[in-house]
Amino acid sequence: MSHESTYQPNSGAERWLDARLPVLRLMHDSFSAFPTPKNLNYWYTFGGILTFCLIVQIVTGITLAMHFASDSKLAFASVEHIMRDVNFGWLLRYIHAVGASMFFLAVFIHMFRGIYYGSYKAPRELLWMLGCVILLLMIITGFMGYVLPWGQMSFWGATVITNIFTAIPVIGTPIQEWLVGGFAVGNPTLTRFYALHYLLPFVIFGVVLLHVWALHVTGNNNPTGIEVKGPQDTVPFNPYYTVKDAFGLVLFMLVFAAFVFFAPNALGHPDNYIPANPMVTPEHIVPEWYLLPFYAILRSITFDIWFLSAKLLGVIAMVASIVVLFIMPWLDTSKVKSLRYRPMMRPFFFLFILVCIGLGWVGAETPDKVLFALGDFQYQMVHLGLTLTAAYFAYFLVILPLVGILEKPSPMPASIEESVLKGRKPAQAA
Amino acid sequence: MSLTIRTGAIIAAFTAALSISPALAAGDADHPHTPHEGWSFSGIFGHYEAETLQRGYLVYESVCAACHSMQYVAFRNMAEPGGPGFTMDQVRAIAAQHQVPAGPNEFGETVDEYGLPLTRTATPADYFPAPFANEQAARASNGGALPPDLSLMAKARANGPSYIYSLLAGYEDAPEETELQPGMSYNPFFPNHQLAMAAPLYEGAVEYPDGTEATVEQMSYDVTNFLMWAAEPKLEKRKRMGFQVMAFLFLLAGLLYWSYRKVWADIKH
Repeated sequence: MSHESTYQPNSGAERWLDARLPVLRLMHDSFSAFPTPKNLNYWYTFGGILTFCLIVQIVTGITLAMHFASDSKLAFASVEHIMRDVNFGWLLRYIHAVGASMFFLAVFIHMFRGIYYGSYKAPRELLWMLGCVILLLMIITGFMGYVLPWGQMSFWGATVITNIFTAIPVIGTPIQEWLVGGFAVGNPTLTRFYALHYLLPFVIFGVVLLHVWALHVTGNNNPTGIEVKGPQDTVPFNPYYTVKDAFGLVLFMLVFAAFVFFAPNALGHPDNYIPANPMVTPEHIVPEWYLLPFYAILRSITFDIWFLSAKLLGVIAMVASIVVLFIMPWLDTSKVKSLRYRPMMRPFFFLFILVCIGLGWVGAETPDKVLFALGDFQYQMVHLGLTLTAAYFAYFLVILPLVGILEKPSPMPASIEESVLKGRKPAQAA
Repeated sequence: MSLTIRTGAIIAAFTAALSISPALAAGDADHPHTPHEGWSFSGIFGHYEAETLQRGYLVYESVCAACHSMQYVAFRNMAEPGGPGFTMDQVRAIAAQHQVPAGPNEFGETVDEYGLPLTRTATPADYFPAPFANEQAARASNGGALPPDLSLMAKARANGPSYIYSLLAGYEDAPEETELQPGMSYNPFFPNHQLAMAAPLYEGAVEYPDGTEATVEQMSYDVTNFLMWAAEPKLEKRKRMGFQVMAFLFLLAGLLYWSYRKVWADIKH
């Protein structure tokens, strides 16, 4: 729902600029007058929160880069230098480290919101896919950032993850050696990860611009999933959503600050305060919490199928778990966007959240941990991982197409305005 | 969907995220315990007690430093705010009791006429000198085991302070069914229960100038506090700033909520 520009240059300088580079017009139309559905709830504040997260990571990251030494002999000590001797270095580093977790927390909520209200469906497929690209870039950037302090988990995490590439037949090992810059993770790995960790956030920034652009072409989805029908359905972005987003952001910042100031290491692993040692492998190698579900999928397949090794299948499953998000708009057969009016689909959505959290739990545990035994058969953590992996894919490949066909949607209001006036009856979202 | 349910959902999601992390951190050690008085540095208003840190430094210096390095801590740090609270003169005096590597000299020599490494008296700017020249020397003196650097120990173990405290005060005789490897000691708080470090503390191992009785528990408690400070010297500053930031954000949230209600007052949504 692109809209007519309502920008009025009020001074000579503004008219002069507007005739040459209408950047103020762009700002006005995009972030001030932009007509936004009037029924957006707090789940919709996470877009703004994510912009904040990206800026925080870039600003703290650039400042940390001024003090960090990307050399395997110096990296760990330079982080301690930041923590002990750089003015407010401890604050910068804790904000950056906790910020990564907050960024992922916000992006997961943002995506679950998109799934719940059907924001990935036409006409917002590209908007959704650009978001998936951002998620992928975030995962790569977050992983590389975790390697930089050159602690034990950094080193061994890098070893495990780069070894993923060796699963590819024939060309896998050469690719892995090319990526790490040697036969094992070492100084060349650290320096290139540092270079890429500095580069990728700006790539993310670029894709975020495209994401916002795409958003401003189609306009926001909203909790009813009904498209905007006219001006009665919308309010201008400013001041209505600037103030609501600001309030949501400050609530988020409270959680963020609680971690930074009172539990800065709660989301990290103690082993990363031990300098990297290629001769000593940690007992359990685990990634950061936000990558655990993907890690669980990677490890869930323990059997070969035909000529495909278990390792390769695990890698394929992990890659597929993200690829499947991209094709989600075409897997959903329902004409109704919002799960508020999809009684059959709604329980599956909440089950899906549980599956994702369950995968995170499995990723954190040792695979051979026995959950229960039936006679000789032991149901281990890895079996739960496989079950949940199957459930994860079933949500996209079976439930989403099938329920859309079988389901009878609840009665829907005719417009956003009507839903607002009547309250949220008849279908009350949980 | 009421606000409480929404808030509840956010908190639930958050707790779920949090509950994963202790699982990551859980090591093999058997449930380390916290001293019954707790840790002064935990909690929102956590802080260090200068006298405890000074006693802890004495234990570290007299016992731990014989084998363990602490390479990221400098003498000057002990006069900084939020630490042991030594005066600069005290720190100078402490530093002056230590020798640090000084070679090469202006002739390019690294050893003196007896072939020993050149050293000089330490100043507050120097970092705590290591007890051994290198890893090989450290292993040779410790039955092949490497005493780890202690700068970050309190953060490098799950539930670090309580783990260190339990370990130091928790040595016991090995149960009958356990076969101790040569040179190893039994400690139920160490992974696999066998470690190369013999019980380092015994009743009266140090003499506290303030008259505190040097029991094993007391020394373990003091040195654990010191190790926590060494690992997290900015903790007091962080928690104090955190309180101010949280207070500010609460206030801002209140003002923004009020603005939000005001702005949206005549819009049905």
